[in-house]
Amino acid sequence: MSIWVLRGLRDGVVTTRWPAKPDPYADAWRGPARVAGPAGHDSTDRQADVADLCPTGAITVSDGTVRVDQGRCILCGRCVAERPGVFAWSRGATGPGPAALTREQLVVPELPETDAAIQAARARLAMRTRALRRSVHVRHVDAGSDGSEEWEIQALLGPVYDIGRLGVFVTASPRHADVLLVTGVGAHGMTGPLRTTYEAMPDPRIVIAVGTDAVSGGLLADSETTTGGVGAAVPIDIWLAGSPPSPFGILNALLIAVGYLTPEGRRSR
Amino acid sequence: MTMIESDVPAAWKDLEARVTAGDRFAGLFAARAAEGDAVALSAHIATAGDIETLEVTLPPGAARYPALTPRVGAAFWYERLIHDQLGLIPEGHPRLAPLIRPGDPLPRHVTGYGLFTIPHGPVRSGVMESIEYLVETPGEAIPHLNMRVFYKHRGVEQRFAGMRPSDAVLLAERTEGIASVAHALAFCHAVERMTGCVPPPAAALVRVLHAELERIANHLDVAVRLADAAGLAVATARLALHKERVMRLVSRMCGSRFGRGVVVPGGVSALPRLAPAELRAEVERLAKQVTDEAAALMATSSFLDRIRGTGPLTQERARVHGALGPIGKAAGFTDDNRLTRPYDGYPDLAAPPARAHTAGDALARLRVRWDEVGQSFGLLRLAADDLAERPAGALRASCEPSSGRALGWAEAPQGEVLYDLSLTDGRVVRCHPRSASFHNLVLMHEVFAGDILTDFPFIEASFGLSVAGVAL
Repeated sequence: MSIWVLRGLRDGVVTTRWPAKPDPYADAWRGPARVAGPAGHDSTDRQADVADLCPTGAITVSDGTVRVDQGRCILCGRCVAERPGVFAWSRGATGPGPAALTREQLVVPELPETDAAIQAARARLAMRTRALRRSVHVRHVDAGSDGSEEWEIQALLGPVYDIGRLGVFVTASPRHADVLLVTGVGAHGMTGPLRTTYEAMPDPRIVIAVGTDAVSGGLLADSETTTGGVGAAVPIDIWLAGSPPSPFGILNALLIAVGYLTPEGRRSR
Repeated sequence: MTMIESDVPAAWKDLEARVTAGDRFAGLFAARAAEGDAVALSAHIATAGDIETLEVTLPPGAARYPALTPRVGAAFWYERLIHDQLGLIPEGHPRLAPLIRPGDPLPRHVTGYGLFTIPHGPVRSGVMESIEYLVETPGEAIPHLNMRVFYKHRGVEQRFAGMRPSDAVLLAERTEGIASVAHALAFCHAVERMTGCVPPPAAALVRVLHAELERIANHLDVAVRLADAAGLAVATARLALHKERVMRLVSRMCGSRFGRGVVVPGGVSALPRLAPAELRAEVERLAKQVTDEAAALMATSSFLDRIRGTGPLTQERARVHGALGPIGKAAGFTDDNRLTRPYDGYPDLAAPPARAHTAGDALARLRVRWDEVGQSFGLLRLAADDLAERPAGALRASCEPSSGRALGWAEAPQGEVLYDLSLTDGRVVRCHPRSASFHNLVLMHEVFAGDILTDFPFIEASFGLSVAGVAL
């Protein structure tokens, strides 16, 4: 057994310093598509083509404004490859963009009426995070994921992200849980177990939809055996896009849930 | 090659004879072309260099057919699924209980004094995919295990219909997310076989790079879970660190930590963004670290004690069932598509030969995985060198829209992935993905001989399967 003691000292500290210090890997993360410029410089029919690029229907064009619903974006990059003048990747897994407090906030550029809704959501979240203090326990439920989101959440328990250092722990019992991480498209078979888990949690409780599948159902949004996202089964507080999201993105959402970070990504205490 | 028959008993007899003679049963799918049409059953048989299809058309309006399971036991879950999906009754099936929507409670298999059932799932402790195990036990031993697998059924198969191949490959990547590359490959191989388009040599090498990195990440994940189950905190952390390094290398190469968006019909979307020399150096560094850590783990006797003799699968069962991937290899049944039905860059890259294993227990399964990791590093070196010397050229051959049906396969970390794809005018009419997870998970019923409750996490981890790939 002694070999493992010495092995544990190899490589020194491999844990990220984020959020105390910036992390280049988090900043280099290739996130959902965003709108980089106006469409239809050439002709109007190409404006319509823009919306057809997306396999999940995340792109809409109305009154000449192109919008991307990042909650539907599966990061395939087709729009960026086909129309580089109009679309670009968003960069960075942390900061103000990636974790949204309302579903509408994931639509970029912002819809006119979202600001008030975001303010209201912030107030609701702040009221509850006050009670959580420094240490929170997290429960995860898979409601029809493809398996990759579980890997990224498990990565948070490993030495590189090590959420234990921030006072975040995964718990088996919903009775101990403050935060519920939900992954998957919202398979009908999991609606009951998901509701039961949510109802077993004590107040205040915060629910994070982890990944594009959980936010909107992704490619399986219209499948007859899913609800097209988990929002139909439980009330969502934080919406996190990505197929799958980066571990840093999940960590960022968790720290917002705890109140450690503000929704803009600043340290709050 | 497809053979079409209409005499079901004769077809099944023929199939049984072929499986007895050494061919491998690779799946059974049913499809009804349109409402009211006759049902066609397609049995897939892996032969020495190909995977063949035996298609049996039932008489129009038939509500039942003679079951295949009594002759070829591996069809057990396939026929239950057919019953669930089409309402067709396989007559003589030993246990035709619903698989997708099982009843509640499930009937007990073993009865006796003091026997009870421990339900475990679908929401499980830790961060796991949703599946429910029902452990029938008198206290410690596990005389029988039941599973409810389809809680997270997403309707993937139905969603494929109507998609263009360029969109469908994105869904294939998300069919079993931890084996994204292998599923994308199997799907694209089906498209490419149908259209006759051949990926350029550079693309074939990039595919190998991503497929092998995916294999290493998956095998490291299994090792992490085994070490975690044994309570080896440092080993768990070290192996998780190596897995993270592999995934970061993949994301540096293509922008996705799971290699998504790389494989497209006809080739790959782009070359690795990493310079070949840098890629080679990274592979070398990873190979050294992983090999070294694996050696230390396999010299930790308290760990080996937990997996030696745990969850054994007999050689006979592995052969008869056609157990795929590391589960089959650990029990002396080796059928690796990279060698027997090679594709992409594999025919030109001489993979180092693998050792034979026969014990069939969790230890043998882990040994197979470490052997495969070593092979993968060898293949990565060869492919990276080959790619560096190759002049820049096309990465994607154009696949014309076409009509027809073809099989595509690839060797995922879990074992063979098989896609049965039908296109009409360049649109998917039907696409049956079959993961190794689906074919292998049913074997979990059979490996608890003499094992007790605390062996459960080891056995589950050593199988290394993904529920997403089973429940689709």
